[in-house]
Amino acid sequence: MPTEPAIAVDQLVKVYGATRAVDGISFALEPGSVTGLLGGNGAGKTTTIAMILGLVMPTSGSAKVLGAQMPGQRYQVLHRMNFESPYIDMPHRLTVRQNLNVFGKLYAVEDLRERIADIAAQLELGEFLDRPTGKLSAGQKTRVALAKALINQPDVLLLDEPTASLDPDTADWVRERLERFRKQHGATVLLASHNMSEVERLCERVIMMKRGRIEDDDAPARLLTRYGRATLEEVFLDVARGRGEAREAAQ
Amino acid sequence: MSAVATSAITLAPHRVAAMVLRYLYLLRSSWPRILELVYWPMMQLFVWGFLQLYISQNAGFFARAGGMFIGAVLLWDILFRGQLGFSVSFLEEMWARNLGNLMISPLRPIEFVAALMIMSVVRLAIGMVPVSLLAIAFFGFNIYGMGFALAAFFANLILTSWSVGIVVSGVLLRNGMGAESLAWTLMFVLMPLTCVYYPVATLPAWMQVISWSLPPTYVFEGMRALVITHEFRADLMAQALALNALFFAAAVIAFLALLKSARRQGSLMQSGE
Repeated sequence: MPTEPAIAVDQLVKVYGATRAVDGISFALEPGSVTGLLGGNGAGKTTTIAMILGLVMPTSGSAKVLGAQMPGQRYQVLHRMNFESPYIDMPHRLTVRQNLNVFGKLYAVEDLRERIADIAAQLELGEFLDRPTGKLSAGQKTRVALAKALINQPDVLLLDEPTASLDPDTADWVRERLERFRKQHGATVLLASHNMSEVERLCERVIMMKRGRIEDDDAPARLLTRYGRATLEEVFLDVARGRGEAREAAQ
Repeated sequence: MSAVATSAITLAPHRVAAMVLRYLYLLRSSWPRILELVYWPMMQLFVWGFLQLYISQNAGFFARAGGMFIGAVLLWDILFRGQLGFSVSFLEEMWARNLGNLMISPLRPIEFVAALMIMSVVRLAIGMVPVSLLAIAFFGFNIYGMGFALAAFFANLILTSWSVGIVVSGVLLRNGMGAESLAWTLMFVLMPLTCVYYPVATLPAWMQVISWSLPPTYVFEGMRALVITHEFRADLMAQALALNALFFAAAVIAFLALLKSARRQGSLMQSGE
């Protein structure tokens, strides 16, 4: 019997005035898979993620998470999902522990005290657990945001540029923790990113978007072969500059 | 009732408590926020209290109606500060850019609103209890001496303040921080119309019609009746309660419609103008 996709997007469209931010995209993500959503600025990645989260209502089409239609049936699944983005903050004046306590209670996390201790150990938050979140460095704030995103051990994790503005060392550290969480928990991860090496390292599938549409969708290795490129960055540039079709046609 | 509708109105006390805890953590971490809650009501009390003292020494009517202005100031502050307590707690989420985190959590709108209502009472208590004690100490005006009447006044005023706070929060969700000034100023539209400091009969006839459509008008008229003639007007309180029930239901419907519109417009992930 085929498994139900963790995320199923079907002919999804979002129109803002005269702009088609997302233009009829469809894809399905298998449970436990890690997928990268790639595209330049304004490609529609964040809008797509927002519709999957139920934050934005689609103009037409549908987005389902764990079988629940978003946003109409979101309360059936929100406790099994989470999200991290550098464009959303945690309350600055609250300490890291207070923030995790509040979000843990919102997600009805059992044995919350132990869970906070556990996640603090995993993400090495111990030294600043009782400091105000606003007083932390960018790297520390990202770790706290990640802790919030993992507090409920989500089955579906959505990440919007999780390592934006981080130094390479911290970014690598974050990726390593994400990989570890995914392997331990078997969560489905959808990751929007501009960072090609990040996508190459974490994702087994890449969906490339341009002007609200899916331009390509394949495993990173197969994309490299098909485009005849050595890195995903080169593939990304081919897609962004419209050279992908020409190259494939020439071959 | 459909499963979706049932799920939207389900209220989980643990999520309400989590949000109240979030605001209590914030208040505890910031003494300027606590000071702000007391400072302005205290200034208002002293200005109007001394004005009343001066007038009562020079006019017979005001000598008999001792406490009318102070009572009005304190009740107005319940109305204004109740709404502000609701709206500022909501604004804290926008200032902190935390709204996105809440909107993708299992927190239901009704639970969010319930937490904001609780916080409006908590913030009101922090501001008004010390000020009411100062009113006794400086002007001999004991608002607690109103007894059951005070409870009726308070219930009606806080209900109106929540209705206004709910609508303001909906507009903020829909239109972003560009609408922030509404949170600070909208209640002042009610000030002349609800006749805080003067009887409704003072207004032109056409304005009296508007005035009597607003629940706080009944409270301020009731307060004057109590202070001047020592009569508790239960009929006025019942009418205010009926109007408040209508206003509150309308505010909740407006909030849900504005939230839906914000989802359509994509403004829930943004917190700017």
